[in-house]
Amino acid sequence: MEYILNPWPWYISGPLIALVMAVLLYFGKTFAMSSNLATMCSMAGAGKFVDFFKPDWKEKKWNLMVVLGAIFGGFIAKYFLSNETPIDLNKKTILELNTLGFNDVGKTIVPDEIFGFDAITSPHGLIVLIIGGLLIGFGTRYAGGCTSGHAITGLSSFQKPSLIAVIGFFIGGLIMTNLIIPYIF
Amino acid sequence: MKYLKFLLVGIFFGIVLVKSEAVSWYRIYEMFRFQSFHMYGIICSAIITGVLFLQISKKRHIKNLLGIEIFVPKKEDGFIRFVIGGIIFGLGWALIGACPGPMYILIGTGVYSMIIVILAAILGTFIYGAIKNKLPH
Repeated sequence: MEYILNPWPWYISGPLIALVMAVLLYFGKTFAMSSNLATMCSMAGAGKFVDFFKPDWKEKKWNLMVVLGAIFGGFIAKYFLSNETPIDLNKKTILELNTLGFNDVGKTIVPDEIFGFDAITSPHGLIVLIIGGLLIGFGTRYAGGCTSGHAITGLSSFQKPSLIAVIGFFIGGLIMTNLIIPYIF
Repeated sequence: MKYLKFLLVGIFFGIVLVKSEAVSWYRIYEMFRFQSFHMYGIICSAIITGVLFLQISKKRHIKNLLGIEIFVPKKEDGFIRFVIGGIIFGLGWALIGACPGPMYILIGTGVYSMIIVILAAILGTFIYGAIKNKLPH
């Protein structure tokens, strides 16, 4: 039981993520989380204004079920399958984040300084979340996929577009973390 | 019933991503600062396992539930869309510390402010759809 309650090592987690992809392919579907955002646009009636959002979103219901399951899975993992082990971050990471004004680094899953009540009720904090969300939604659809579709599925099947996209993900991520985050927090 | 299996896959996915700490903003920050192998280990071992699965199913002609040989749909051709779209997503991924899977999973762990991010992401997707024809692909 202790093995389950403690954080799982990368060499267990990685293959289990590949298993999710394998099972979805076996079901005749693909592992593509960001496409749910387009489905939700269609559900909200975006097809009336923009042809890109086809009104036949019911065909994508299976993927919305994956999303619903993922929310339940997060709940189960957090409240039934975890102990209070802090995240085993690099000491340097913790110190760096302390200097940026983050306290209790690694004691919760995400920092209160970004996702806590005080943060999201301040204009600065709210803008951070909105801009982040816009970038994710716009970028994934422009690139035609996210980490699941391009990094895991695309690279596993040796697709060049996915390699280009993943290199793009990392360029963007490196710019944000190294050049922008130090100025916004 | 048709959808139950997808719900179960989602539950499993959510559990794995929380237990691996891949849903943590801190882990994503650490990855982009090259201060830990953890996330690289997860991504690389997932890809290696995925390659093995796809190669084996190709050699053995393993069929999916619909009776068709397992296959991965081909991505569309292009270059600019993957570079620019990729960079834009990467900026958001590092800022929020979550990609589209973890955004939902985190709601289950009690990070309700992720709902704001998801609504903004839906709007971002809508904006892409609206200006798609004006963008280089």
